[in-house]
Amino acid sequence: MSAQSCAISLTVNGDPVSETVEARKSLVDFLREDLALTGSHVGCEHGFCGACTVRVNGVIVRGCLTLAVACDGARVETIEGISDAGEITDLQAAFEQRNALQCGFCTPGMLLTAQELLQQNKTPGRELIREHLSGNYCRCTGYQAIVDAVEAVAHARNGGKR
Amino acid sequence: MKIAADNPSALTALDRPNSYIGRSVPRPNLARLTQGRARFVSDVTLPRMAHVAFVRSPHAHAAIKKIESTQAAKAPGVIAIVTGQDLAKIMTPWVGVLTHLKGLKSAPQYPLAVGRARWQGEAVVAVVARTRAQAEDACELVEIEYEELKPVTDPETALDPKTPIIHPELGDNLTFERVHTAGDPDKGFKDADAVIETTFVFGRHTGVTNEPRAIVADWNPSEQRLTAYHGTQAPHMMQNLFAKHLGLQEHQVRVVTKDVGGSFGIKVHTYADEMATVALSKLLKRPIKFVADRIESFVTDIHARDHRVKAKIGVKKDGTITAWEIDDLTGIGPYSVYPRTSGIEANQVVNLVGGPYTCPNYRARARVVFQNKNVMCQYRAVGHPIATAVTEGLVELAAAKIGMDPLEIRRRNLIPDDAHPSQGPSGIKFEALSHHAALAHLDAMMDYSALRAEQSRLREKGVYRGIGFAQFIEVTNPSAAFYGVGGAKISAQDGATVRLDATGAVFCHTGVSEQGQGAEAVIAQCLATSFGVSLDRVRVIMGDTDNTPYGGGTWASRAAGIGGEAAWQAGKALRQNVLAVAGSILQAKPETLDIRNGAVVDAGNGTERIGLDEVARIAYFRPDTLPPGFQAELMATRHYVPRKWPFAFTNGIQASYLEVDTDSGFVTLLKHWCIEDCGTIINPQLVDEQIRGGVVQGLGAALFEHCKYDERGQLLNGNMADYLVPMAMEMPDITVGHVVTPTADSELGAKGAGEAGTAGAPGAVMNAINDALRPLGAKLLTDMPFTPGKVLQALGRVP
Repeated sequence: MSAQSCAISLTVNGDPVSETVEARKSLVDFLREDLALTGSHVGCEHGFCGACTVRVNGVIVRGCLTLAVACDGARVETIEGISDAGEITDLQAAFEQRNALQCGFCTPGMLLTAQELLQQNKTPGRELIREHLSGNYCRCTGYQAIVDAVEAVAHARNGGKR
Repeated sequence: MKIAADNPSALTALDRPNSYIGRSVPRPNLARLTQGRARFVSDVTLPRMAHVAFVRSPHAHAAIKKIESTQAAKAPGVIAIVTGQDLAKIMTPWVGVLTHLKGLKSAPQYPLAVGRARWQGEAVVAVVARTRAQAEDACELVEIEYEELKPVTDPETALDPKTPIIHPELGDNLTFERVHTAGDPDKGFKDADAVIETTFVFGRHTGVTNEPRAIVADWNPSEQRLTAYHGTQAPHMMQNLFAKHLGLQEHQVRVVTKDVGGSFGIKVHTYADEMATVALSKLLKRPIKFVADRIESFVTDIHARDHRVKAKIGVKKDGTITAWEIDDLTGIGPYSVYPRTSGIEANQVVNLVGGPYTCPNYRARARVVFQNKNVMCQYRAVGHPIATAVTEGLVELAAAKIGMDPLEIRRRNLIPDDAHPSQGPSGIKFEALSHHAALAHLDAMMDYSALRAEQSRLREKGVYRGIGFAQFIEVTNPSAAFYGVGGAKISAQDGATVRLDATGAVFCHTGVSEQGQGAEAVIAQCLATSFGVSLDRVRVIMGDTDNTPYGGGTWASRAAGIGGEAAWQAGKALRQNVLAVAGSILQAKPETLDIRNGAVVDAGNGTERIGLDEVARIAYFRPDTLPPGFQAELMATRHYVPRKWPFAFTNGIQASYLEVDTDSGFVTLLKHWCIEDCGTIINPQLVDEQIRGGVVQGLGAALFEHCKYDERGQLLNGNMADYLVPMAMEMPDITVGHVVTPTADSELGAKGAGEAGTAGAPGAVMNAINDALRPLGAKLLTDMPFTPGKVLQALGRVP
């Protein structure tokens, strides 16, 4: 099975990257295997669990349903870059304090999805938080601690106003 | 919003100054997981590493006639193509039996199928290549000629003479049978004013860990050692098994287990494809990586709970339960899973039915039969959700029959809180339980009478809500009675080795392991408290058979109760050792000194005498200044295993409040409560989150999760689009409360809490759905999962 390869150039966490990748390779496999960015996880490879969530051009996508070659020219951000940039330090601290993660495998995807919600809506209620996170599978927590943590950060970012 | 600040608790019997027992401190090292810096097995890469993919049987039952791999061998990147016969030469087969489950039988299982494939998904050929993608490409080119055989897929007919026998040498398809009679069930049913009989069906489901099973096996011929980076719950057990079946000494095997992306009992078994990966590494003399993909997970991760239970209860008009009877039939796969066996779940059902109640008249039969489907084995709360749903379903049916409130019938039959020690109808022994206190706590916490009033008001408006309960018991802190007595080399004891470092911090090496439950935090809390330092001065080392005391790992809700006690005792021992050094430095009697908050103090008035850093400095760098003949010992090891009781049973009660849409059949979970008693609570937040996560796993079983097989043994929904799991949107908030009855078997008094949620939730939901539909004259729903279609059928809305 000869695999066609393509040259792509993109930025990943702000760094310019030029690589040749197989046309069939998913973005999350590219990040994990070619760039050794293993913070994005592979859970189901068919778009249901959300463990592979990354940001492309400012919007979260499923890293397993996005082809790496489709990201030519794109701005890709992963948990590693978003974490190091300090963008979600408060969210991470709230997850840790509230034990909103157990095994932690879903956590990078969960954090990126929650951050997107908090950017779109400053005062999301619990229902809306649950709805927005409903594409991210967590087997450990039962979700309530995650909802608590996201709600707490929304409240704090909003200066304590509901 | 409730991110509770961690407030030091008031003094308790375990109190030491600055105690961490009973405090919701955050788990150490979580930032690794939140920042994408974790090290899961699926992240591991090693020099020379190659990847394996498996050609799996598309048939449930087939003879393997011919394997043609010439084309596949020429595919890009391919290193080796290996068959069952090849691997059988370097790895011995295994048989999943335990001697204390009398009569349990199974057949030898090989890393790859030899001669015959016995379930859809069984690995037949291994393809090793430079990348996983190349290995999968080459798998497509392997041609296997099968002769399809008639599959055995219905447990009800598995023992019929006309049904083919899956392992002819075993004589029949019966894996295990247990019959138990206690008291006088015939008299009990005769004395009853009403006898209620029904059949409960539990859907086969599975764990769906977010990280699939994963292993990197690295046989290094220059060292004659195997290192397995393995996502397992029981590193020492796997060390033993890898060594045994590769013909190695145990010291030639090291199992390293760092971050594990979820386990829930899925990752505590021997999997043929993982054993094959280890054997391939030995064969090819290089690291081999196997990470199951999601489709492989569904057809090979152990399934559980495929039980059909015919059940009967006798009750008097005053609510007295007079007898229980069950007939459990469960269809496992073609093999009893090694080494814990696939007989345990049915055995647990027999053990646990009727467990919370005083009625001693009990007749039970459980049969376990082979099937040409994926294997079944122990998954979170083994047997408990079945036994609890059966018992609690019967109790609420009895209450409805005699017109008694479901909490009242329980009050009249539960073992009294002051009647312990006691035993259940199967003979299981209870040290101390708190059923009535838990029930009273739940009644108040959920404001039961107000909820009933609301339910009744809404019914008049055509809104059908239900309230259901499930009283439960949970097996925790298992002694050797669970596996060791049956001949399995699964450690019941666990150890902790603690060491004062040269700056006054302490290291703790423990045999229990972490898959997210918070064992690392609990071990650190126990040690910090008993030794006398702050948490940030404790470093916990786990998940490495070269570097931890021999232990069992983390399963059966044992890490806190057993591993925690070992760490607690080791901390005390090290404190004595350090005080001996301090005493010799200070020329004081050690018993007049204590360690508090990282310093040696006068035990009487708390005045600081010398810092731990200074004690360590003198002991390590200036031992010449210590008295002649005095040797400082700054390491201590302690082990612990429960001895007085085979298991530390816990107890509790759950309640579900839900609404059924009678037009669509959809069930909306509105609220869930759980009161449980795990004895001493070391970290309240971690206990509550174990309960919540466990409850949600039980809710999934009640409403969504089902591995659906057709009559040919084909799994019809082995992917996450068709197999539904609980997601955030459908799950309710869960209120957790506690009663605290410590076990006297250990000084800490902690029992386990990992499975209580899963044990009770399905039964509570089942009872709530039937409660909601009772006024509509709907047929009883006892066939999990309760999908909208089944609800509409019960209502007579669809055929």
